[in-house]
Amino acid sequence: MTTTNERRQEYRSLFKQNVEKRLVVDKIVRAIVFACVIIAIIPLGSILVEVFKNGIEAISIEFLTETPGAIGSGEGGIGPAIQGTLIIIGLSSLIGVPIGVMSGIYLAEYGDNKLAKQIRFFNDVFMEFPSIVLGIFAFLVIVLILGHFSVWAGAFALSLIMFPIVARTTEESLKMVPITYREAGHALGIKKWAITFRIVISAAKSGMITGILLSVSRIGGETAPLIMTILGSSQFFGGMDVPMDALPLRIWRLSLLPYDSAQLQGWGAALVLIIIILGINLAVRYYFASKKSKRGIFGRLIKKEEAQ
Amino acid sequence: MSKPKIHTSKHRRKPISDKIFKMGATLAGVYVLVMVALLVFQLFAESYPIWEEDGLSFITKTNWNAVEGRESFGALPYIVGTLTTSAIAMAIGVPLSIGIAMFISDAPAKIGGPLGFLVELLAAVPSVIYGLWGLFVFRIYFKDWIEMPLHEAFGDSIWLFSGTPFGLDILTASVILAIMIIPTVSAVSREVMKAVPQQQKEAAYMLGATKWEMFKLAVFPYSKTGLIGASILGLGRAVGETMAVTMLIGNATGNSAIPDSLFDSSQTMSSIIAIEFVEASPASLHLPALIGVALVLLLIAICINVVAHLLVTRMLKVKEGAINN
Repeated sequence: MTTTNERRQEYRSLFKQNVEKRLVVDKIVRAIVFACVIIAIIPLGSILVEVFKNGIEAISIEFLTETPGAIGSGEGGIGPAIQGTLIIIGLSSLIGVPIGVMSGIYLAEYGDNKLAKQIRFFNDVFMEFPSIVLGIFAFLVIVLILGHFSVWAGAFALSLIMFPIVARTTEESLKMVPITYREAGHALGIKKWAITFRIVISAAKSGMITGILLSVSRIGGETAPLIMTILGSSQFFGGMDVPMDALPLRIWRLSLLPYDSAQLQGWGAALVLIIIILGINLAVRYYFASKKSKRGIFGRLIKKEEAQ
Repeated sequence: MSKPKIHTSKHRRKPISDKIFKMGATLAGVYVLVMVALLVFQLFAESYPIWEEDGLSFITKTNWNAVEGRESFGALPYIVGTLTTSAIAMAIGVPLSIGIAMFISDAPAKIGGPLGFLVELLAAVPSVIYGLWGLFVFRIYFKDWIEMPLHEAFGDSIWLFSGTPFGLDILTASVILAIMIIPTVSAVSREVMKAVPQQQKEAAYMLGATKWEMFKLAVFPYSKTGLIGASILGLGRAVGETMAVTMLIGNATGNSAIPDSLFDSSQTMSSIIAIEFVEASPASLHLPALIGVALVLLLIAICINVVAHLLVTRMLKVKEGAINN
């Protein structure tokens, strides 16, 4: 016959076992989850370290400004590629940003109907289209019709990647502007377009610029749509109707060559590209994130990250 | 009497400039619909010769020959290649991403913030740089440390690991793809986990749950739909990814592109386009065949993304409802 005390002892040990087991499982899961984070961070670290370590050896004034030398000679540089990347970014922004901004304005200001719902949905789906398919599209409607490779085709292809992102961020930042701002404008008898451009957009500016610059950093690294539109070249910009070079294309071509010198130049070009892209990315997050918080450089970056 | 009348009618009528403004905005909004329609139409129209020639057998044939006079094109190997690499990438990337999302959504802001930021930086690295890194750095370590031991241990018994690893193969490309989808999947998963009401979590803790049990009891059941949506969104990314895969998959064509093992070179839909598109002649069937591949790729990508989108938005709508109640 067990006494109450013994029974209590028994329950207590059962409980202890149960809790211990669960705590062990919990600890194991915590370790696994932590390992996941580490595993994801390692490639990032490795990419950055390798690009900087190998790229810095290739960088020199000549490398940044000259045209590529003979294949495999290791001479010359990536001047045309840098120039081409800047040109293509500029041109695609010229096409993509106005369309994206206007589309965002439509969604935010006139966007409570069925059509806008459809547009929003297709915007989101369009954003995830394979970029190479967009390149083929630009090839079909521009290159094939003109009969030659064209810088415009490349810019058009990249603008297709760009405008849904810009539209989305514009809509979101316009919606953050309080309705009272618009009502104040109406009360003063200002026209709707003037209210939108002078009041609403100036209040939503920083969010929109963030979106535009992030989309720029996205298209700056795109390679696939450029293969069939601007093709790549080893000459400096020579008009809209001839092939042009771009950094991602140049990196790809260099990586295909079986020479150590070409590999080194590839790393150099990668370093330039990653500085441009991560530079835009970090600068945007830093400047437009939250100017109020004074938690140092990293603190600002994080704050924005949370707000997203 | 007449003056106020004019006045009111003037106010009721919208000024011309506003009409133009609204029309411009609407046109810009409709642009995306036009582009989607035009895109599908163009791809279909330009690939029509290959559908006319082969019909649906284009997507079931396996040979690929661009030599004049002996032309024959079948897309099956590339569809298989895309689906295999994406599936392996999902199998590796999704658990990692959900782990990361769990850690970040649960960690104090001081640790979670920087970590989330670092993971997002992975998304900012251009695809071609992943390719370069994969080709000259990752491939070598991966072959020596992972593929060779796997081959030596299981090469004879499991067909998956037969074939001598060379580094340019399905497994390498898939692992790089897995790394590339981590930012997407973990960011969306984190959003979805954030949408779980705090009360649910507290209720689980109140019952004496450990942290893991809290996730099992409160977070996962609630965010299941959204997590599936996030994974499918990652799948969409993986299917469309071009450059890194092109540089690492070994670029086999035709019958040899159907992989015999994980260590066999292959080809995906996007990589065959990237490799051959510029050389294809518009006069032959080669170009229509490549555009046909692109059309198949686009349709697969659209299906995946529509499903993912519906799942994620449904999940986030549930959240709004929960808050209003």
